[in-house]
Order: sequence, then C-alpha cells, then structure tokens
Amino acid sequence: MALDKVVPQNGPEEYEGREKYTHVGTRVDRPDGLDKVTGRAKFGADAHAPGMLHGAIVRSPHAHAKILKIDTSKAEALAGVKAVVTRADFAAGLEGEDWNILENVMASDTALYDGHALAAIAATSSLIARDAVKLVEVEYELLPHVTDVDEAMKPDAPVIRAGQQSKLVPEGMHPNVVNYYEGGHGDMVAGFAEADLVIERHFTTEAAHQGYIEPHAALATLGNDGTGELWCCTQGHFIVQKTCAALVGIDTSQLRVTASEIGGGFGGKTTVFLEPVALALSRKANRPVKMVMSRSEVLRATGPTSSASMDIKIGMTKDGRITAGKGVFRLQGGAFPDAPAGMAAECSFAPYNLNAVSIEGYEVMANRPKQAAYRAPGSPMAAFAVESVVDELCQTLGLDPIETRLKNASREGTKAAYGPTWDRIGLVECLEAAQAHPHMQAPLRESEGRGVAAGFWFNHGGETSVSLALSEDGTAQISVGTPDIGGSRASMALMAAEILGIEYKNIRVTVADTATLGYNDVSHGSRVTYASGLATINAAKDAVGKLCDRAAQRWGIDPEAVIWEDGCAKPAGPNAGQFDPMPLKEITKRMGRTGGPISGHFEATPEGAGVSFGVHIVDAHVDRETGKTSVDRYTVIQDAGKAVHPTYVEGQFQGGAAQGIGWALNEEYVYGEDGRLQNTVFLDYRIPVASDLPMIDTVIVEVPNPGHPFGVRGVGETGICPPLAAIANAVSGAVGVRMTSLPMSPPKILKALKEQ
Amino acid sequence: MKIHQPASFADASAIAAGASGITRYLAGGTDVLVQLRSDLVTPDDLIDVKKIEGVSDITKNQDGSWTIGVAVTGAEMTEHAELCQDWPGLVEAMDLIGSTQVQGRATLVGNLCNGSPAADSVPGQVAAGVSVTVIGPKGERTIKVEDMPTGPGRTVLEKGDIVTAVNVPARGDNAGDAYLRFIPRTEMDIAVVGCGVNLRLDGDTITEARVSLGAVAPTVLLVQEAADAIIGTTLGDEALDALAKAAEAACNPIDDKRGTIEFRVEVAGVLAKRAAKIAYARAKGEAV
Amino acid sequence: MSKIHVTTKVNGDEVEFLCDPRETVLDVLRDHLNLTGAKEGCGTGDCGACSVTVDGRLVCSCLMLGAEAEGKEIATVEGIADGEELHPLQKKFIEYAALQCGICTPGILVAAKNLLEREPDPTEEQVRYWLAGNLCRCTGYDKIIRAVMDTAAEMREAS
Repeated sequence: MALDKVVPQNGPEEYEGREKYTHVGTRVDRPDGLDKVTGRAKFGADAHAPGMLHGAIVRSPHAHAKILKIDTSKAEALAGVKAVVTRADFAAGLEGEDWNILENVMASDTALYDGHALAAIAATSSLIARDAVKLVEVEYELLPHVTDVDEAMKPDAPVIRAGQQSKLVPEGMHPNVVNYYEGGHGDMVAGFAEADLVIERHFTTEAAHQGYIEPHAALATLGNDGTGELWCCTQGHFIVQKTCAALVGIDTSQLRVTASEIGGGFGGKTTVFLEPVALALSRKANRPVKMVMSRSEVLRATGPTSSASMDIKIGMTKDGRITAGKGVFRLQGGAFPDAPAGMAAECSFAPYNLNAVSIEGYEVMANRPKQAAYRAPGSPMAAFAVESVVDELCQTLGLDPIETRLKNASREGTKAAYGPTWDRIGLVECLEAAQAHPHMQAPLRESEGRGVAAGFWFNHGGETSVSLALSEDGTAQISVGTPDIGGSRASMALMAAEILGIEYKNIRVTVADTATLGYNDVSHGSRVTYASGLATINAAKDAVGKLCDRAAQRWGIDPEAVIWEDGCAKPAGPNAGQFDPMPLKEITKRMGRTGGPISGHFEATPEGAGVSFGVHIVDAHVDRETGKTSVDRYTVIQDAGKAVHPTYVEGQFQGGAAQGIGWALNEEYVYGEDGRLQNTVFLDYRIPVASDLPMIDTVIVEVPNPGHPFGVRGVGETGICPPLAAIANAVSGAVGVRMTSLPMSPPKILKALKEQ
Repeated sequence: MKIHQPASFADASAIAAGASGITRYLAGGTDVLVQLRSDLVTPDDLIDVKKIEGVSDITKNQDGSWTIGVAVTGAEMTEHAELCQDWPGLVEAMDLIGSTQVQGRATLVGNLCNGSPAADSVPGQVAAGVSVTVIGPKGERTIKVEDMPTGPGRTVLEKGDIVTAVNVPARGDNAGDAYLRFIPRTEMDIAVVGCGVNLRLDGDTITEARVSLGAVAPTVLLVQEAADAIIGTTLGDEALDALAKAAEAACNPIDDKRGTIEFRVEVAGVLAKRAAKIAYARAKGEAV
Repeated sequence: MSKIHVTTKVNGDEVEFLCDPRETVLDVLRDHLNLTGAKEGCGTGDCGACSVTVDGRLVCSCLMLGAEAEGKEIATVEGIADGEELHPLQKKFIEYAALQCGICTPGILVAAKNLLEREPDPTEEQVRYWLAGNLCRCTGYDKIIRAVMDTAAEMREAS
C-alpha cells in the first residue's frame, strides 16, 4: 500500500491506562541515537588496540571429513604471521554444552560441516592473515554426509556422532536422533472421530539465517597469567565470559568482557564463535588480536535456525470447533544437539483451547553448522504448519478464519498442550482487533489474496542484575547487564524515571561490563524489557527506600512515615508531621554528609514473564505467469502487555514481520550434492530489500502481564511467528494453491499453479 | 597485486600482452573487487582504464549512432536524457544491475567482459545491435556483442585485447527497445531470465526485430527464430504465442540455486511476450 | 608488496595515506583514517552499509580500491552533520526511531542524503528503490521510509 501522504507514527498517546504513567508509554529519543546517526557508535569491528594483530580462520571445505593432518608450516613462515592455533590450544576435558560449543568453535578430529573451523592464524594485517590461511595444508579423509533432516533419520544415514542420544528417544531410532519431546492431553482417537473434517498435511521449511548486517567481531587480549579483556558484539557478554573462560581454560572472573553496540543479533549472537579463538591467538602471540568474520563465514559457519519437516493433523466440526490436533516436528540442529524441536512442539497449538492435543518433537543432527536461536526458535515453523492447516479447514468448510480462531482461542484458564494453564493472556483481544481492523475491509485486486495467522512466544525471565547510582546533582546512572538490541536503554530509563520521579533525560543507562555487575542472562527470549525492566524498577525502589530514609532522618520521623511521590519525599499523612516535599536533588546534594552515596540494587531470576500472542493480516498478489509474490499490505497486531516505549514496540513488530516475509518467500539455505553451502553471500541469500515491502501497520494491544509491575510482556519474538502461514494463506486465497514447503519461491508457486 | 594506470589504450594493451600472471582490467570494479574480496581471483596485474582520455564520454555521432566510453557508469547512462530517449531498453538493462551504489560504478563493458550468462546489460546490448571496438596484438577490430561471450565467464578476447569503445547504432524512426528480467525479489538479484527486444515498425507492422535472451544458456543468445516469429506481424496474440514458443525452444538452461530448467524455459516465453509489447508501444511513440 | 601513497579529500579535509594495493576505500577509511562510520556488512556490494559518495556519486566503498581515491572528494556519514548541528535527516531518524541497532544507519543516511540532493520530492516507490541497496534487518524499512519522506517534505518547505 503506497502512501499518498506520509502519516508519522509519532501520534498522540492512545494506549489504555496511559493516564496512570508519566514516563512509561512516551516516545522519547533513544540515548544511543546521536552516536548512531553520526557514525560515532562503536560496534564490534570498530575497536583498535596498539600492537593489534588480525586473526583469520582455516575452514573445512568438506561437509564431513576426518581431519588427518593440519600442516601450518608454510603459513607460519609467511612474514607477518605471529601465531597459529588449533584445537590443542584450547581446554581439554570439557563436557556437555561447553564441549559442544568448543567442538563447533574449533574442530577436534572431524570436520562436521562446510565451513567448520579447524585452525586460526594471527598476523600483522588482515590481508596477511587471509593469505596465510591459504597456505595451511590440511589432509582430509572424506566421509559420507547428510544435510536433510528426514534423510538424517534414515537407517543408512551417516552417523554424525555416536553416543549423543538421550534416553527419551524411542527405541530403534538412528543415532542422529538425539532427543525426543512429547506432550499433550485428551483422547486423540475420540477427538478425531468427532470431527466432520480432518486434514493431514506434511510441511517443510528450510534453514534461515538471522541475517544481522553486522558480522561477528571481537578484539581480545589474553596474557599467560590468565587475565584477559574482550570486546565483542554480543547479546550476552556474561555468557561470553563464562564460555570463553571455560574454553580457553582460565577463571571466569579473570576475563572482563565489554559488549560493544550490536549490529543485530536476533538470537544468533547468544553464543560464541570467534571470541575464544581471538583469546587463544592473543595468548599465544602475546598481543591483542582482532577478528572479524566475512559475510560468507557468517552464513556458512555461525548459527542459522533449523530446517524442519513437520506433520500436522487437525479435526474440525462443520461449525468450526477444533476437536483434535496432532503435530510431529522434526528439526535438525546441525552437527550438534539442541535443535528447538521441543519448543516448536510446545508453541504449535498454543493459540488453541483443545480437549485433545498431541505434540512430538525430534531433535536431529546433520552435517550443517550448529544452529543458534533465531527469534522465537521453533515457533515460526510450527506456526506455519498449524496455521496453514487451520486455514485450509476454514476454507474447505466455508468458515471465517478469525471467527473460527476466536471460537477455539486460548484464554485465561485454558490448559496449554505443553502443560501449564494460561494466566491472563491477550489472544482474544488481538483476534478482535484484527476483526475490527480496516485492513479486513480493504478491496482485493485480481490474483490477490488475504491471509490471517496467529503466533505465540513464551518470553523469558532469566538471571538479572541491575545497579542504580544517584549523583549529587540529582541525576541517575543505571548499569544493566543486558546488551541493548532493541532500544532497551530508553525503556529502562523510562521505567526508572517513573519510579524516581525525575526526568527521562536525567537518567543515563549503560550496558556495564562483566566486572561491574552480577551475572546476567543473555538479551534473548524477549526478556530485557521485562526482566531488566523489573530489576530496574526494583533497584529504583531500593534507592527510593534509601532516599526516604534520609528524608526521615532529616525530619526526625520514622522512615515508615515517609512516602515517595512526584520525585519527592513526603510525609505519609498529616500525622507524620508538617514538612514540605523534599525533592530528590535536595537529598542527593547532601548524601555524602548524611550517610554516604545512595544506590539501589536488584538481583533475581524473575518467574513472571508474560507470553505474547500476535495476529497478522497480509494481502499478497501472485503473478500467475511467473509465480512471483508481492506483499501489498501488512498489519501486525500483538499483545505487548504494556508498551513502555510504543515506537520501539512497533519497531519490533515490523522487524519480526519483515524477517518472516523473507523466510516465507525467498530465504533458504541451499546445499549442493557435495554438502557445501551454495549461497554464501547476500546476493543469493535473499533477505527483503526496501522495495520488497509495503509499510507495515501495527496495532499494540495491551493486556497487562500480572508478573510485571507495569504489565510488560516481551515483544521481540512473536512478530516472526505468524508471517510464514499468513503469506501462505494469502497465496492460497490469491491463486488457490496451498504451499507447504518454504520458501514459497516463484519456481515452486509456478509449478503448483501448473499442477492445479 | 600491481596496479597500473596507463594513459592510453595502447599502453594498457601492451601491459596486458606482456603480463605473466592473472590480468584484469578495472573500470567500475563491481565484479573485479567482489572476486578479489572473496579470494576467487587475485590479479597479479590490475590495469585501471579510467585515466585514459574519453573513457567517460557519451557521444552522439553525426549519423545518430552513439559511442559510449568504457568507463561510463550505469548511473551516467541513466542520467543522459537523449540516450534514454533513443535506447530506453539498453539503458534499463544496464540500470537494473545491482543497487544505486553499484550503478555509481558499474559499466557496460565490465558487465559484458565478466562473461556471466545472466549479465543484465548484455541482452539489451545484443537486441540493440551494439558492437565493441577492440585493440590488441592482432590490431583493431569490431566485434558484435552477441559474438563476444563464449561460455560462462569467458569471451573471445585474447591476451592483450582491450575494449576501447561501445558502439550503439542510430535509433532511426518508428523503433523501440525494451529489457525485462525475472528476479525473485524486486531488486538486488541476478537475473533468473533476461530478455531484450528491439524492433522497428512500418505502420503497425514489425519490419525488423532482434530478440535476445539471458540466463537461459551458457551464453547470452540472439534468437533469430524469435525475431522471425514477429517480423511481418502486428504483434497479435498468435504472433506473441509464436514468439514465446521460439523463446522457450532456444533455452538451454541449468537447474541452480536461482531457478529450475522448467521455470526458466516457461518464464523466458512470458518475458519475451511482455518485452515485445513494451518495445512495440515505444516504437509507436506511446508512453509506457 | 609495496604500498601506494594516496592524497585525497575526505569530508572536506585533505588526507594522505599509504595503502596496500588490495585495500578498498572502506579498509582505508576504517583502518587508516579512523573513520569507522562506514561498515563492512558483506564485502560484495550487496548490503550498502559501506556507502559513501565519491565526487557526489553514491557508491559502495567496498567496491573501490584505496588507490582509486587519488584526487577525489569522498563524503562519509561523519561529514553529514555540521559540527553539532545535525542534518534534518539525522534529526528525523532519531525522532522516528528509523534505526534500531544502527549498523545500517550510516549507509542509509549517506544514500538518503544523496537522493534528496538529486530529487527533493521523491515518491515512496522512488525512495524504496533508491535504498534497495541498503539492507536493514531490524526495522522492516517502514520507519526509515517515513523518516526520509517526511524530511524531504520539511526540506522542501524550508527552501
């Protein structure tokens, strides 16, 4: 939908309950804005250190091969080369996930995928390092490989690594099947028997990459004394600290990690790839080492999401009641366990109140890079499959897709397929907002269809530590341990401003390094506004308690008799005494003489994260002669609980939708017969460009989360869950073909049209 | 890698003729630098042609034909109003390559000499009847663009040869050209199929036509049968169907990460029809 | 490999540097001139994060060799603001939250500024196609396009 006239989205505040808040819910300027529009902001690759070397990695060109010999002598002889590392330079005896991560960071005896790292070189310039990489001679013994999830489960599939299978996996399955999940409730046989129509479909989705524009980058300094400094772009510098320390064999506390500004992560920067290597090289060379990935390294050897093969069976009565739902989800996670099959299964039927539901997930290994989280891991694929079948049922029975979802919607008290009973949730409100939205009334042109789909993400709590310090001039500084990936610094400041009663602009939020705070879980799971926000609020309240104490002291009354309101200490009631309100600045001005600096702290692992449902509406046109799909109009409706900064919430909705559109239409990992990745650059890994997308309209629904003081729910992830099915449903509406394999690229749609 | 910046084509040719390793010419660099950065090709000698006189000129000659310098960028072509008016198909074929940023550097000659079967400007050049002037150890000669590509990544040019100018015919009256390509997104993709059509009318009847297809064979094709299908017609439905069939028959594509054989053949026919209609409208002087 | 000595102008200042023949203008800006505003997102001219203008022409600095910069005038994101006075585009981007992570922002600002200098009244479609070579993974482009078009309107009004 082209704009005739630009309508700025910075409209008047219209959110429910807005009157309650002074700061929360306002559209303030982000604190990192000035740095980012002037080019001053420092991202991962923007750091330099005196005497710095540049690192480069030697990578396997084979999908599966024994590494017989690595000869680095010619590389070491090149002028300018200062250090070489292989697996031997990392810690031995690691177990569990630490071992998995190390094996992925630097191969031991087997190259497990095309691009797998097996050695690294540090040299005085990046050109010399890259030239040196070409001089490393590796002897391989090629092994048979497998990249497809279903192929990897077959009896004759090459074994990726024996002995990884958990006891939960059903008897007789191939060793590549490493984990199994099951859940559900009710009588499936009776459920399907009740249905007037049962549809069973098979779906496949291909792996997609998070596609952050900033490649991984790190600058490391590690001494032989075991003390180190690391600068890197990451979603979680505390986990980087913990993991790197383990992998290079030093104490966690001796490594200080600073998070740079991050150029996108979406889950892909919640683990380590380059960082331990840079540290190991630095230790060997006794100089700082900088490493930056090229785009093809990012695509080949970081953590895309899983590819999936799914079977869905849903039964519905002719008046639109879902009587039973069954989903089986097979996901490959690369040559390692932990593909998000369980989460896919758990999210799949979340929007539905079902008496009979059965969900199963299989985690499979294949010769591909170790998967990493990508925005609601597992949920988008599952939503694609289930929401497509629900749509097909509605189409076949002549039922309205939104009305039918309302009829079966999960509400407070509904038992989810994966066990818990929903608390207060906002799915119904989202569906109703979709129904009422003008988008639903807009006329459609020839070969254009409208698709609707729902989506869900759990959202996460996670370990969180926040510190707040007041300055004598009455301003505040807050240290958080969660890198800012979506504007959270502004949101923290807004929440603190609300509690402290001072201006937003008088609060500076910094993402502190690992030496400054207790452990913080990664910025993932849409947890930051919720958990760091809750911690910030509590740290502010802690500080407010101390401010009240100081006022009480000054007034000579009981601290219980002092309240905090509008940024001032006030007597709690007329019995407390007649005192003028004491503003924060008054108190901090004297704090050195009245007991010392005033700070607030909060450390916890909050449990009350609220889930977020979303509903998307999309109009798509299909060119019948070429199969090309254009997305003409898009609306995102999602429950945010309480939008602390509405513009950033909109931004998360739009960003998630855009990634979903790319995944639905054009993004995929293409492996050749030889198991090598064929599309290693942005030319052929096709993310949406500006001309591919329309404006993305947003509606923020606010059904407060009881687990947060302001009702906040995470919003970052749900946005990517509905688009895959919404677009498939629109394509079906447009030209009558049901696409069950992603991406819905033009050759596939044209083929389906011809077979119609 | 040694960078040379010769002041004349003769010097450039001599350097290339005498070089012992991998040699590349540098105009816009939008292929050379990509290949350098991905470690596909590291030239031993890189010969920058941009210091040679006249390489950035777009000249309309007395007879209405055009001479385009080898360092003229796509952006400069698009900004040249008269060239756009005469040869909109040629210009749009060049204009479709890459982004605005790539257009700021990319050249017709670079696109041609890189030898990709999917090069966007080449079907536009072939349809328009463009030729290039080449000098080298064998002296000076003119080569028709359709005779340049010999296979993926290869041209007829030999060691020491260098293109010195692009020659575009005079447009003449009652004529029009068009280029269309199929890509999965709206921008930024390599053509999955490309089609250039150039035709001249006498009244409503097509008297001359050239149809070129890209990305559907090891080299860009000039498809005589497709032209024959529409010459002598007024481009009615029957002629269009015959055109599509001839285009499909000429295809010899591969299955790759960008498209299947089946898809390319089908879409070649679709684009041939659509491009022909646009060229026809332009020949009639209609706004398109 | 011997280095090449280059004299050029960047954001109006004359600069000199030595570079390896294989280094690009992007490498030179970031590693020799301390101008890290331009970013490498892909190294192949597909993402536009390295966008600069050369003699007023929008290009990817990763697709130009440092040696080619001799005698040219290069403009980067660091030169857009006039001291502490931000360009209307920069102000609008902050106001509209037309950036999230900000990695694509320098390239987009350079590209958008170039567009508005050539075409003060672009349509939404023109803006989208002009910026097609600037990939953004965070915003879905919506707020970026609004910011550019609204800035264009404001600048037209002011002139």
